[in-house]
Amino acid sequence: MMTEHLPAIIIVFPLIMAFLINVAGWWSKKPCFYMALLAVTVSFLASLGILNTVLQSGTISYRFGGWEPPWGIEYLIDHLNAFMLVIVSGITLVTVLYSKKSIEQELPQKVPQFYTLFTLLMMGLLGITITGDAFNLYVLLEIASITGYALIGLGDEKAPLASFNYLIIGTIGACFYLLGVGYLYIMTGTLNMADLAQRLPALYSSNAIMAAFAFFMVGIAIKMAFFPLHVWLPDAYSHAPSTVSAYVASTMTKVGAYVMIRIMFTVFEPSFSIQLHPVTAIFGWVAAAAMMYGCILAVAQNDLKRMLCYIIIAEVGYIVLGVSVANRMGFTGAVLHILNDAFMMACLFMVVGAVYYKTGAKTIVDYRGMFRKMPFTSASFAIGALSVIGVPPTCGFFSKWYLVLGAIDARQWFFAAALLLSSLLSAVVFFRILQHMFFVPVESAHKHGNDEAAGLKRDEAPASMLIPIFITVAGILLLGAFSGRIISTVIQFTVPEGF
Amino acid sequence: MDMEIIHSSRPAIAILVSLIAAFLILLTGERARNLREFWTILASVVKFSVVLSMVPFILEGKVIEYNILSISPGLSVQLKVDALGIIFGLTASFLWIITSFYSIGYVRSLKEHAQTRYFVCFAVALSATIGVAFSANMFTTFLFYEIITVCTFPLVAHKETPEAIRGARKYLTYLLGTSIAFQLLAVFMTYHVAGTLDFRYEGLLNGTRGSATDMILIIIFILYMAGITKAAMMPLHGWLPAAMVAPTPVSALLHAVAVVKTGVFVVVKVVLHIFGINLLTQLGLGTALAYFASFTIIVASVIALTQDNLKRRLAYSTISQLSYVILGVALLTPSGITGSIMHITLHAFGKITLFFTAGAIYVATHKTNVSELDGIGRQMPFTMLAFTLGALSMIGIPPLGGFISKWYLSLGAIEAKQLPILIVLAASTILNACYFMPIVYAAFFREPAPDPHHHGNPGKKIHEAPALMVVPLVLTATAALVLFFWPTFFLEIAGIALQNVTGGH
Amino acid sequence: MEFIISKYNYWMYIVLMMIGFYAMIAKKNLVKKLLGLNIFQWAIILFYVSIGVKKGGATIPIIAGGHGEMVHAVSAAQYLNPLPHVLMLTAIVVGVSTTGVALALIILIYRRFGTVEEDEILEALK
Repeated sequence: MMTEHLPAIIIVFPLIMAFLINVAGWWSKKPCFYMALLAVTVSFLASLGILNTVLQSGTISYRFGGWEPPWGIEYLIDHLNAFMLVIVSGITLVTVLYSKKSIEQELPQKVPQFYTLFTLLMMGLLGITITGDAFNLYVLLEIASITGYALIGLGDEKAPLASFNYLIIGTIGACFYLLGVGYLYIMTGTLNMADLAQRLPALYSSNAIMAAFAFFMVGIAIKMAFFPLHVWLPDAYSHAPSTVSAYVASTMTKVGAYVMIRIMFTVFEPSFSIQLHPVTAIFGWVAAAAMMYGCILAVAQNDLKRMLCYIIIAEVGYIVLGVSVANRMGFTGAVLHILNDAFMMACLFMVVGAVYYKTGAKTIVDYRGMFRKMPFTSASFAIGALSVIGVPPTCGFFSKWYLVLGAIDARQWFFAAALLLSSLLSAVVFFRILQHMFFVPVESAHKHGNDEAAGLKRDEAPASMLIPIFITVAGILLLGAFSGRIISTVIQFTVPEGF
Repeated sequence: MDMEIIHSSRPAIAILVSLIAAFLILLTGERARNLREFWTILASVVKFSVVLSMVPFILEGKVIEYNILSISPGLSVQLKVDALGIIFGLTASFLWIITSFYSIGYVRSLKEHAQTRYFVCFAVALSATIGVAFSANMFTTFLFYEIITVCTFPLVAHKETPEAIRGARKYLTYLLGTSIAFQLLAVFMTYHVAGTLDFRYEGLLNGTRGSATDMILIIIFILYMAGITKAAMMPLHGWLPAAMVAPTPVSALLHAVAVVKTGVFVVVKVVLHIFGINLLTQLGLGTALAYFASFTIIVASVIALTQDNLKRRLAYSTISQLSYVILGVALLTPSGITGSIMHITLHAFGKITLFFTAGAIYVATHKTNVSELDGIGRQMPFTMLAFTLGALSMIGIPPLGGFISKWYLSLGAIEAKQLPILIVLAASTILNACYFMPIVYAAFFREPAPDPHHHGNPGKKIHEAPALMVVPLVLTATAALVLFFWPTFFLEIAGIALQNVTGGH
Repeated sequence: MEFIISKYNYWMYIVLMMIGFYAMIAKKNLVKKLLGLNIFQWAIILFYVSIGVKKGGATIPIIAGGHGEMVHAVSAAQYLNPLPHVLMLTAIVVGVSTTGVALALIILIYRRFGTVEEDEILEALK
């Protein structure tokens, strides 16, 4: 009985909790964190339950309110949905644990508001990944985005303007998506994705369908910060509160990538997105450019959070590249990278947040000698960084492995070279920081007499921050080792037919 | 050829021992130094015993396999101990015991900072080195190869002076950069062509000629050679002299044994087990590689002549000697391969002795330059005697171990009918003598320069480094001597390794 | 000409969209930018509403089918397609909340910088 309604619980429960958190916040700030934690935990467990069901009995179809599709809203959960649900809710759980201290310090006045928005944001993201209805997806996309704007606006003094610009660009993206839905509706008279997939092939030669596809792609590219439509991301993410940065960085662009895959290969068929139009070929080259651009600009940054933002742009490029080579290896790599990147970004942004919490450090120079001050946090950063670079045995290596093999299988040597080159560039980016973190030039230590006077006294982040960071680190180390099993149990079923 | 396969976790234990030790060292920390050092010593002894316990199986012609983790079909972390691997494993794990004692003496006499980090990184580096020695496929090799790079980075930067950090940055740029840009691409292409990465005695790519064009195979080979920068082949050798900013025990074990030998070991693996003698002969790549190595041998020796800093001179000597190993295997003849395998071990004993003496001199007198060593033999007789033995082994003069490998290498050149290679070997011997013998001469026969800081004549008094440092270097020098008289043990294993790749002919 | 007139609703929405787009790009004043965004959104909403229209006297289903005692089935040609309208109710809600958040952000910005002109804010941030 319960398991049947898990897809509804995953959305409805956080929605109700978000309301209750706000109400409870009028009386006391204390229960807000625990209520949010409860909401997220329930969603996470429900996601696990769904994944389990999908693995055992295949695709689940859930009719909201009992209405038959295509009239009612249908939640159609296949392996890809279930996989994304677990990633998103898992990362949310980790960040919620992490948020407690950080929010108490950064937003002491706005704790209930923060948790209300945070729960709503998670609900929006989960909704995007679970729904099987194109218009419903728009609404949930906007729920996630609007709460995202608000959360980002809570950040430092530049945050409101960054958030406003994000809002303008993001809404344009959403409007484009909406237009795409409109065109499809005019042509087919349905909004249900499965229904659309059946009716569309007959109309593939239509210009309106092509326009719809173009609107979809541009809209989603804006939402997932795909180069060159990424301009909003570095400002928005780097000025947001630490927890928010960690959360949106690790989930939002990834959910965007999911939507892209859904539209390209479920609503439309690979024959449309690959053979009929050279969409994937163009995307491949742009993705390669995104990887280069992201890494090069990351090298040029001094602010650590901003640098990570450019790394995200490169990471989005990886995912799109994997999809665009249009073969089994590449697609596997892309989906695996969605998972790995979520963990890597969560880890790195949480470390940056923890360091900011303890020391207020923002720029690379501020990180000097951080290893002495916060050894565990710094070590976690090092592991996250190695994973982004793609050093085995961290998980980043394995997704790169599949991506490069996908590029080679597609005989796209340039893409393979671009992947390796961007690994090299990210090595430059991260070792520049690691060097500052791990070594202090002896002179400066001596100048201050001893380590303590030089501000190098050991002062580790609180356990409530360290534990979530350790979870992501464990994830980074274990996901690599188990990537073969993840692929054989889940990811191989997400590969579109014909790959 | 049938080969009995034994499934045993021993190779995994050999790797894990020092990883566990690293963890214990980290837990113990500065609070209980003796306990911390005890872990290092214990781990090194256990590691060596475990490696040694596998030798009888290898001598019976068996191989030991252990599957750690299957990631996906064709991609697994798998260990396989064969004759080639065990030689490298034995050398590295044995020398770790000696270096551990030496390290303790070194860091304690110099009161180095961050000693815990030092010992932790050292232990992890050794784990990964054994991992490379015992890996069953190129993926596992690459995995451990990268771990070595990353965990030796803090060792090179240990002093944390701007110079050390610069050196470490160069070290990392070369090693990590080329391994990602070239070696990884080569691994990908190998996988693409062959569908697997398992090492095969006849060569993994041996059967692929035809399905893959010669051009692709040649590109893969060049990418491998450019990507395995740890072998310090010119022109990608610049990291090794830069890495000499590291503390001397690090230079000794890592940059004479573990790191650089990993490099040449992987080159040997690629030549023999990925490409195979057959394919390389057909493609004519062996000879090309041999000439490339010859170039490095000569040029590095000439540069070594010009270096005044003792460690830098040793570094260039290492660059030149590493290419001997590559040269031998590139000749693709039985004697050449034997010489190559033997040189991995024999050079290790000689060169570690030389680095140990450089460290001992630094600890005892704070001298680092060759020009300051006049008369030091009177002050440090044991050290300089060991240095002499090490130098003679490098040059290849009997009765020292270095002679044996050089002998086989020369035989290999003759078998391959490569007269120019023979000339290169002869010329480099002379160059070796030219840059080592003046040091020996100056140490024993020149008058020490008057020291303004000391009254009287301190050069006359015996003033050695601590026993914890002198004993190890005397031991390794003796080993270099002993290996000349009893090389049979290693020769026998090398013979099995040779038999594997030539199919018993 | 025929082409333009027969699809005039599409042309209208495109013109409106472009006006909104222009405002978002060219205006320095944040409130004007927001108004541009609103015009942009409303253009799409109008587009949706217009696609529900049918020629030939179709009307709202409630009127056509009657209610109370006069209930009888109607053929699809007799009433407008209600679905786009319903969808747009949701889209309007989304648009309003976006505007709400944007206005809140503008108020925050105004409190902090005392202006809503983007160039002046950027100047102040330097």
